Amino acid sequence: MGAGHAHRLYVPGASPVHRLAPQCKLVALLAFVTAVVATPRERMWAFAAYAVLLAAVAAVARIGPGLIARRALIELPFVTFALLLPFVAHGERVSVLGVAVSQDGLWGAWNILAKGTLGVVGSILLAATTEPRALLLGAERLRVPAQLVQIAAFMLRYLDVVAGELARMRVALAARGFEARDVRATRVLARSLGALFLRTYERGERVHLAMLARGYDGRMPATGAVAATPGQWGTAAVLPAAAALVAAAAWMGG
Amino acid sequence: MTPSLTVSGLAYAYPDGTQVLFGIDVEIGRGERVALLGPNGAGKTTLVLHLNGILSGGLGHVEVGGLRVDAKDRKVLREVRRRVGIVFQDPDDQLFMPTVREDVAFGPANLGLRGAELDRRVTGALERVGMAAFADRTPQHLSFGQRRRVAVATVLAMEPEILVLDEPSSNLDPASRRELAEILLSLDVTVLMVTHDLPYAAQLCPRSLVLSDGVIVADGPTPEVLSDAGLLAAHRLELPYGFDPAGRPG
Repeated sequence: MGAGHAHRLYVPGASPVHRLAPQCKLVALLAFVTAVVATPRERMWAFAAYAVLLAAVAAVARIGPGLIARRALIELPFVTFALLLPFVAHGERVSVLGVAVSQDGLWGAWNILAKGTLGVVGSILLAATTEPRALLLGAERLRVPAQLVQIAAFMLRYLDVVAGELARMRVALAARGFEARDVRATRVLARSLGALFLRTYERGERVHLAMLARGYDGRMPATGAVAATPGQWGTAAVLPAAAALVAAAAWMGG
Repeated sequence: MTPSLTVSGLAYAYPDGTQVLFGIDVEIGRGERVALLGPNGAGKTTLVLHLNGILSGGLGHVEVGGLRVDAKDRKVLREVRRRVGIVFQDPDDQLFMPTVREDVAFGPANLGLRGAELDRRVTGALERVGMAAFADRTPQHLSFGQRRRVAVATVLAMEPEILVLDEPSSNLDPASRRELAEILLSLDVTVLMVTHDLPYAAQLCPRSLVLSDGVIVADGPTPEVLSDAGLLAAHRLELPYGFDPAGRPG
């Protein structure tokens, strides 16, 4: 069995960004994204400034640009939609490379592209410098509802188990000569997904039984989430504070 | 001395009407290691789930260390679940927390232990199964045999009166199987081992019960039970080829 999905995102390290308490990083990212989203789309220099800020964080965390670029590919489906905008949106037309496109659509595409990419890169940096387990502890510390944290924790634990079951089912199908060639295969695939759902559901019941057997009464025992020091909050505040300055300048100037 | 486990007249039918247990009487003394043998569908799992009150509502009753299991009394139920430690067959069902340490801490933390006492329990339990070095690993990164050992530790951390193992040797390679046997023999605790791995029963448990169609059909020293060819054949139990129950190694 391979390394956990969770661990594929985390890049081990001991940089100041890695060492920061997870709850500080979560709040910092949220504040940073808020500042980015609040910036008027016409102020292109502001987005360049945000990108420089993220680049600085990546440099401190020693996360290479190649890795960030590869992971940012997850954004592609959304970007494709953004790229369609200039062609389908209404409004004043301008000519780009000889093609008439909607000016409003062009701005819309830029808006999605710039803000989306900054958000994705910020999240990539968070995931690369924080173990998934620590993220959950941070969320708990920030008073995210316990049920949500529990659901995320179980997802983290069982993602690999369920993926393993799916892989075994696919091998079993292939071993008996199944190939997904055309639409007729959908029937088989839908049935195996149904079977996978049932298996997962039954496992859920067995896990619940095992939890009851060890005294589970609806609450998870308190974990060792530690408080962040004011110093850590201060360090974490640097990024959103700088972003807030940029956003404020973007609103006042031009 | 109070026996670890007393089951009297236990009968049970599932809500759909299928009756599985038809009057079970068993007593297991403190420190005994007993194998519960029986073919698939004999009612072994149903019996096990009665021991800590997960199933209840039929006739008869169960006492653990002198405490009568009462599924309606939350306080009693909590204590019963501490006293009966069940190790389930699939360690992936049993190990549901993100790290080994947190998983082993889950039971004792539910009992209200915190801080240094909790740490002591966790470390102690992991040491007893030889897994202390793996405390901060995630369960999915351990081998199957290691996960089974951690599953035993999660229950040992609750300091149970009786350790109930459901098919402990299933899916283990021979080395993991031997390692688990050595660990189980080293524990100073009452053991009830549910299995159809007869050589494993012969190796670990001086006494065996045979459960078939919801009744106990045999109860005696394991070598005697396993030497009774007629009894085994009548209840779909079979010794592996070449195994001689009388000639077991010291």
